[in-house]
Amino acid sequence: MNINLTLFGQMVTFAFFVWFCMKFVWPVIIEAMEERQKKIADGLDAADRALRDLELAQNKATDQMKEAKQEAAGIIDQANKRANQIVDEAKTQARAEGDRLKVAAEAEIEQEINRAKEELRSAVAGLALAGAEKVLEASIDEKANRALVDKLAAQL
Amino acid sequence: MAGENPASTTEYIQHHLQNLVYGKHPDHGWGFAHSSQEAADMGFWAIHVDSMAWSIGLGSLFCWMFLRAAKKAHTGVPAGWLNFVEMIVEFIDGAVKDSFHGRNKMVAPLALTIFVWIFLMNLMDLLPVDLIPSLLALTGVHYQKIVPSTDPNVTLGMALGVFILMLYYSFKIKGTGFIKELTMHPFNHWGFIPVNLFMETVGLLAKPFSLGLRLFGNMYAGEMIFILIATMFAAGAGAGLVSGGLHAQLFGEHTSAYFWLVIFVLVCGVCWLNLKGKVSTGKTVLLSMAFMAIGGGVFALGGGLMQWGWAVFHILVITLQAFIFMVLTVVYLSMAHEDH
Repeated sequence: MNINLTLFGQMVTFAFFVWFCMKFVWPVIIEAMEERQKKIADGLDAADRALRDLELAQNKATDQMKEAKQEAAGIIDQANKRANQIVDEAKTQARAEGDRLKVAAEAEIEQEINRAKEELRSAVAGLALAGAEKVLEASIDEKANRALVDKLAAQL
Repeated sequence: MAGENPASTTEYIQHHLQNLVYGKHPDHGWGFAHSSQEAADMGFWAIHVDSMAWSIGLGSLFCWMFLRAAKKAHTGVPAGWLNFVEMIVEFIDGAVKDSFHGRNKMVAPLALTIFVWIFLMNLMDLLPVDLIPSLLALTGVHYQKIVPSTDPNVTLGMALGVFILMLYYSFKIKGTGFIKELTMHPFNHWGFIPVNLFMETVGLLAKPFSLGLRLFGNMYAGEMIFILIATMFAAGAGAGLVSGGLHAQLFGEHTSAYFWLVIFVLVCGVCWLNLKGKVSTGKTVLLSMAFMAIGGGVFALGGGLMQWGWAVFHILVITLQAFIFMVLTVVYLSMAHEDH
């Protein structure tokens, strides 16, 4: 149990190993560990962020869907309205057309009637003249009686 | 060597406590000491070859193992050895951050070196006390202490290293404040300077000495108990962790080292087979007991069990001592950094 040179030998050895550990071992390992720690922290952060992003995207999608539904409902409403309008328009148009046709037909009928009356009148005048000619046999002055007969015909 | 004869028991113990010394003997010149007396005669200029060899060897082992981990260090998922090393590094880093608040890049690696190195040196205590000395005796080396931390030179050497660091940082950080701390501390009056200086110097010197002697005392006592158990039951050969002690009961006083080596290998083999699942645990215990019984007889088996029990308890001691040395080093250096 003598104290001897071993004491200094051990001190030198000690210093050497501490130096070695300080230079080659500790910094390398601790650096790697810290870097990994950072990487893990970053990864967790990214995961959190991704989760938040996902939630946001889902919310956005839901909103968009709602909007689209509303829009679609609006379009359908508008279309229905427009269809009704078109039907109404068509109805009024048809009615107007009908009226117009009726009026035209009536006018034509009246015209027809007038023409028939006219024809009838002229025919009656002719017939009356012929009848009177036959009755009188004698020649009545056509010229003198014509005015009389025309007056008669106008009264028909 | 066995326990029947008090003189030989004393011899056995003394033999186990003698380092392998190389130095200059006044009469015989340079060479290895052949007895305790010769070793003592060599005085200061001698060196404990075994302590130095084992401590340098274990320190190199530490450096090599950790360097291997450092070379493989990456930021991905760590596995295997790197994982283990990182666990230790993180443990040390946490302990240092807990008790050291200054800024110094040296303290953490210093703590790591101290912890692992001292742990490895203490771990040598768990090897059977006679295993390596007996093997080396076959090659003609007569003295061998394989636990460097049972050598006060080693523990005090490390403690003095720490002491030098304490002084260096005290002067560097506090400058004249350190002198003031030494001279004016308990009694703040110039008249008390001699008293203060005396008290503070004693307090300062007590730190490295307690540090070194605590480790030495613990390990020395542990080693001593292993040796005493060995002398009580199976002084000759196989006292140790597993081999139980193949003593002379069967093979006579001068048991060859090979016998208990064979038993040791057999027991290890059975345990290994058990771990591989080829032999049941009950059978393993029985077979080991049988081997040990054949090897050493009932007494030796008792010695083996006691060795084993003490070794299990000692695992706690060696770890704790390594940890205490490390923590106190960090605390002392932390005190050297703190300006009052």
